[in-house]
Amino acid sequence: MLNPLRQLLAQRLDARLDSELLDRIDQLKASLGGHRTDAFGFDPDALKPVIPFVEFLYRTWFRVQTFGLDHIPTGRVLLISNHSGQVPLDGMMIGTSLLLDAHPPRAVRSMVERWVPSLPYVSTFFARLGQVLGTPENCRALLAEEHAVLVFPEGQPGINKTFDKRYQLQTFGNGFMRLALETRTPIIPVGVVGAEEQYPALWNLEKLGRLVGAPALPIAPTMLLPGIGLLPLPTRYLIWFGHPMTFTGDPDDDDTVIGGKVAQVKAAVEGLLQHGLAEREHVFW
Amino acid sequence: MNEILTETRPLRIAITGISGRFGHLLTRRLHRRHTVVGIDRRSFPGAPADVELHRVDIRRKRCEEIFRKGAFDAVVHLNVMHDPRASSNEHHTFNIQGSTRVMHYCQRYGVRKLILLSSANVYGPRADNTQFLTEDAPLMGGDRFPQIQDIIGIDMLGQSFFWKHPQVETVILRPVHIIGAVRNAPSNYLRLARPWTLAGFDPMVQLIHEDDVARAIEQALEPGRQGIFNLAGCEPAPLSHLIARAGGRAWPLLHFAAEPLLQKLWDLRLTSFPPPELDHLRYVCMVDAARARDVLGFTPRYDLDATLAHLALTRSLLG
Repeated sequence: MLNPLRQLLAQRLDARLDSELLDRIDQLKASLGGHRTDAFGFDPDALKPVIPFVEFLYRTWFRVQTFGLDHIPTGRVLLISNHSGQVPLDGMMIGTSLLLDAHPPRAVRSMVERWVPSLPYVSTFFARLGQVLGTPENCRALLAEEHAVLVFPEGQPGINKTFDKRYQLQTFGNGFMRLALETRTPIIPVGVVGAEEQYPALWNLEKLGRLVGAPALPIAPTMLLPGIGLLPLPTRYLIWFGHPMTFTGDPDDDDTVIGGKVAQVKAAVEGLLQHGLAEREHVFW
Repeated sequence: MNEILTETRPLRIAITGISGRFGHLLTRRLHRRHTVVGIDRRSFPGAPADVELHRVDIRRKRCEEIFRKGAFDAVVHLNVMHDPRASSNEHHTFNIQGSTRVMHYCQRYGVRKLILLSSANVYGPRADNTQFLTEDAPLMGGDRFPQIQDIIGIDMLGQSFFWKHPQVETVILRPVHIIGAVRNAPSNYLRLARPWTLAGFDPMVQLIHEDDVARAIEQALEPGRQGIFNLAGCEPAPLSHLIARAGGRAWPLLHFAAEPLLQKLWDLRLTSFPPPELDHLRYVCMVDAARARDVLGFTPRYDLDATLAHLALTRSLLG
């Protein structure tokens, strides 16, 4: 009973998407060797119903501008970005830029928190869109298959900063560097400007958050407005992709040695951020 | 078929638990080339004439006699009781004591190869599982599902036997869900017209055709091959996809309601689906089978279509 309805919806959806987009999705499907999903559960067709919404956010709401997309090499690559904005829309916008504006289009695989697979619907939704549980083994497997993997080495302390700490990079984890050395993967530093202001959080009620099982509970004054206040502010996103950085050395080196290399990447991200902030004319336009 | 084994000499192979469906399948595969001796307390109607059968409980003294006189080159230990309805005490003594004895006889009577059929379920479906578990991942399957503890126990007994008795080449195979005429949970589940699923969860699942498992065992009989091997079969696919391709229609239930409901049905003996196994419908439990490919030389022959076509065939066969 549901199948004809589903087919009808799929046809209507295909008719709504422009041919270039469909072509881009077909290019992603070509890499799956005839299977519907890859081994992690990524299904390019699942992008179709999501893309109109994401494209609206990307083109109209945040009016994202990207710089240096052509720096991203073909083949495996680690995208190392700053993380901000309370809700990981920065990841979504980086992914969208590679899907809609890169040639050829790429599906960015990002690493999700450990509690995501235990959430109904969210777990399936994320998996179909190519998001993968953040374990070193998963990252290694994705890089071995020549994917572009997005990592936010600041993790949750980065995204949940309060407004006074905006554009201040938090501590970078070392894990991504060990993986880059082990798999000889080039690193592209990424600086996202604009996400910090989408939900300007004044407080982070961590203790209350922990009570409900969340790692943080940031409160932005806009969120207190019912309904519309939950929308992110329509800041202008500027995403800067730096030049590829390659590192060599022992992936099992001491933390201090690895930390030195991580510091170089952090400095590159910082450079992109400062450059982006200087170039930005206004938060909203 | 046996491109790898054509050069090896015929072996004397003992198969414990030969009367199970998988035992039948393995026997048919091996008996023309090797001498097969079956040990099982159940009967084996329609066994090939050249197969020597001993109807005995592996825990009995008489079993030792069979090993003493048998001069076996290899032992394939399949005699693991899976009936989730049987009492845990009966289960445990049969599985653990039986397996301990088989290992002891192998060491005492000069068996050169011992093959244990474990399962990828020993790792357990868990929310924080990495996508492809390697052989050194911890065996967490018993955490939620006590019935699998026997297989974990046998797997671990096998591991310690491997180190203590290097003169016996021990092989532990951990296949993903075996699909075919076997009456195991995944095959039974995919044979259902309206299988339960958990709303909002659609994990990736790996299946393996029963013939591929039998072929892996055959390859493991090769001299020099030993260790622990994950076995994966056809390409992984989302559970919903498998159900649809197997011809079923999923019946999604809310996960927090499904477990108590299933528990009640289980208590009332209205279902054969053990409630903790619901986690298989929720989380991934997939393996990295690179080691089997590189060391054992095993690559699966059956893709997803062929595996599910085989399942459809067994559905009509089993009624």
